[in-house]
Amino acid sequence: MLNIVNKSPLERSSLESCLRVARGGALLLIEDAVYAACRGHASARAIVEAMQRMKVYVLQPDLEARGVDGLVVDGVTAVDYGGFVDLVVEHSRTHSWL
Amino acid sequence: MSAAAAKKFMLVNRRAPYGTIYALESLEVVLIAAAFDQQIALAFLDDGVYQLRKGQKPKSIETKNFSPTFRALEDYDVDKLYAERESLSVRGLSAEDLLVPVTVLSHEELGALIEQQDVVLSF
Repeated sequence: MLNIVNKSPLERSSLESCLRVARGGALLLIEDAVYAACRGHASARAIVEAMQRMKVYVLQPDLEARGVDGLVVDGVTAVDYGGFVDLVVEHSRTHSWL
Repeated sequence: MSAAAAKKFMLVNRRAPYGTIYALESLEVVLIAAAFDQQIALAFLDDGVYQLRKGQKPKSIETKNFSPTFRALEDYDVDKLYAERESLSVRGLSAEDLLVPVTVLSHEELGALIEQQDVVLSF
């Protein structure tokens, strides 16, 4: 399962709920959810913990747009739009946590 | 449509019923998928559990009460309803407060169930 989260974790509970329920597979952070993968963010610890059981990706164009592309915590993989497509193809199912 | 073509759908409902249109739209998708003989399960977590609260009277805000539709889902062979225990408990709710019978699951159990689906739609 590829889990996709697009909301800031300080605005919505989508990321928290995803991390509570999702068993494994992969997590892709896009749009305002990319802040969660940045050093110093309150959610960064949860992301690091999640990496014990799931692969975590973040969308590079969304990091760059927000000026936080240098802040991604170690272990999180940045992908471009092509990488986003590859992830969707690699995983038989996706779950967008709106 | 043949049974072989049926997929396992799960609709994950995470929003309260009247503040946004998501809950009603989810129910529309359920009815459409049921009309195409798909296998449908509904999961309620976070504020989504409020969709099943007994005693909704949205006439007071001039909005249609769609909550009775949950009781009619059995007629569409939609009888797999799940609620997450933690979401209920932090809102002071228990299964008795809900207008339909649901299976209450831990977050681990719900996560395992989601893994068994062919299609997962979040609302």
